[in-house]
Amino acid sequence: MASQDGLDRLDRATGLGILEGALRQLDYWWTVLKRTWRGGVISSFISPLFYVVGMGVLLGGFVPGDPARLEGATSYLDFVVPGLVAGHAMQIAVGETTYPVMGGIKWHKSYHAQLATPLGVRDIVNAHLGFVAFRIASACAVFLLVLAPFGVFASWWGPILAWFVLLLLGMAFATVIFGISTRMSSEEGFGLIFRLGVVPLMLFSGSFFPIANLGPVLEVVAWFTPLWHGVDLTRTLCLDTVDLPRALVHLAVLAIITAFGWLWAIRGMEGRMRS
Amino acid sequence: MISARGLRKSFGDVDAVKGIDVEVRKGEAFGFLGPNGAGKSSTMRMIATVSPVSGGELRILGMDPATEGPAIRSRLGVCPQEDTLDNELNVFDNLYVYGRYFGIDKATVRARAEELLEFVQLTDKRQAKVENLSGGMKRRLTIARSLVNSPDLLLLDEPTTGLDPQARHVLWDQLFRLKQAGVTLVITTHYMDEAEQLCDRLVVMDKGVIAAEGSPRQLIDEHSTREVAELRFGIADEGNVHEQIAGKIEDLGRLEVLPDRILVYSPDGEEVIAKVHERGLEPIAVLVRRSTLEDVFLKLTGRTLVD
Ligand SMILES: Nc1ncnc2c1ncn2[C@@H]1O[C@H](COP(=O)(O)OP(=O)(O)OP(=O)(O)O)[C@@H](O)[C@H]1O
Ligand SMILES: [Mg+2]
Repeated sequence: MASQDGLDRLDRATGLGILEGALRQLDYWWTVLKRTWRGGVISSFISPLFYVVGMGVLLGGFVPGDPARLEGATSYLDFVVPGLVAGHAMQIAVGETTYPVMGGIKWHKSYHAQLATPLGVRDIVNAHLGFVAFRIASACAVFLLVLAPFGVFASWWGPILAWFVLLLLGMAFATVIFGISTRMSSEEGFGLIFRLGVVPLMLFSGSFFPIANLGPVLEVVAWFTPLWHGVDLTRTLCLDTVDLPRALVHLAVLAIITAFGWLWAIRGMEGRMRS
Repeated sequence: MISARGLRKSFGDVDAVKGIDVEVRKGEAFGFLGPNGAGKSSTMRMIATVSPVSGGELRILGMDPATEGPAIRSRLGVCPQEDTLDNELNVFDNLYVYGRYFGIDKATVRARAEELLEFVQLTDKRQAKVENLSGGMKRRLTIARSLVNSPDLLLLDEPTTGLDPQARHVLWDQLFRLKQAGVTLVITTHYMDEAEQLCDRLVVMDKGVIAAEGSPRQLIDEHSTREVAELRFGIADEGNVHEQIAGKIEDLGRLEVLPDRILVYSPDGEEVIAKVHERGLEPIAVLVRRSTLEDVFLKLTGRTLVD
């Protein structure tokens, strides 16, 4: 591309500090929150509760609470709750970085308006991701708080640490999907992301049953899914069965994906918006 | 305010801007007049520092867009060809949120937004959703938004395209008042009347190059005659009647033969008409008018501005 060099230079000249660049968009994202929070409450808090009751309590009634077969959990509810909340973090992340990103590019064109001001590409990606982080953090916090009285957590500090893990897990997905969305010409591909990405991950990354049940080959495949790292770490924190070296691997994987995803998202936005 | 030397823009193998030289001075209203695809928006987007320069040199407010984009943009007002208003926000919030992007404090932005709504006569619409506004109102809101940071330089890409005549006049009036207030304006348009009304100086642009430069008056004096006689003849049985007749009046002045009429360029249009009648030709309609930028464009490019 002839403009590649110029593109690099335009972006390096963001000018504003990272924090300043993002904070200038706080009022904008506040208006977004004000008009979307009602829908958010339903999809973030109420439907997961249905899952917990339906899967954890009712379906769980048929599953014997054998710690040897449930990765150390004494009941299926204890086992499935961390998996559900991790899957939930992923779903919010994907939901907030598919259609809303396309909207900023094509429908309400908020990115175009923002880029005509002193804000740079990096600033608008950061502010949007900051909003996604807020959505994930608040939804997961409520999820964990509501479930605490059900005695599904082995300690008080486990879910608190798990909350940070859930945020990191969510951001790993948010950054990568953000990058993909900036490279898509139309919203048609989003259906594929959900059908071939989110749903299989939700089903086969250890959220609902131990990945040992997948058989030796698929179990290895599951190790390479980002969701499994988040599920396993969240679960061991909630059940107080953490294995430190394994936990560090999980953290490293999620942190590396997030870091690459972040750069991938900024590059994607540059390519899309600075033609 | 703006200085371009050999400025180029290409998209893959499409050369949208092929090396233009432009100088815009403080306080003037400068125009880019050209038909669809001339490269006006590509030029404007480079000046707005949202699109990287492909070649040549560009300085805006004395700064280099490649390295000082944010500093330049903080002093620019931009009214893009396609509205980028947020349809989901109301009128006031569109201004407020945008002002905050410039780092202007909340109280100042609020006061400024109210002032600007007054200026573009949208105060009674302040709570309305943008999607419910008419085209003219959206355009005025975009202009209000572009003024929120009190810019030194205002870029307007086809500010009145698609508006009805009344809405255009309202907008022209507002732009005229901005000009009086000392704001430097850069306007692109494919309407010659808009260019004549608003611009102190302009360039005629076609296919990525500049065909001529000057004030509207200079351009008309230089490239056209004082008057134009327009002659319309009835439909012939075969062939283009205007082509056939053109041969008989070649000596009366420079001719432009269009599908539906012949234009004869002459200092005295009435005299042309009289001579046409003397030769026994019977046009079904005649019109004598002053030359406009449209005629300049026709002379320079052989094409009409709006097709
Ligand atoms: N993003 C782009 N990618 C590829 N080609 C482009 C792009 N933007 C503009 N062009 C091409 O560059 C040329 C000039 O376009 P530009 O939009 O600058 O013209 P314009 O004078 O603004 O025309 P209009 O009156 O239609 O707005 C056209 O041939 C157009 O197809
Ligand atoms: Mg244009």
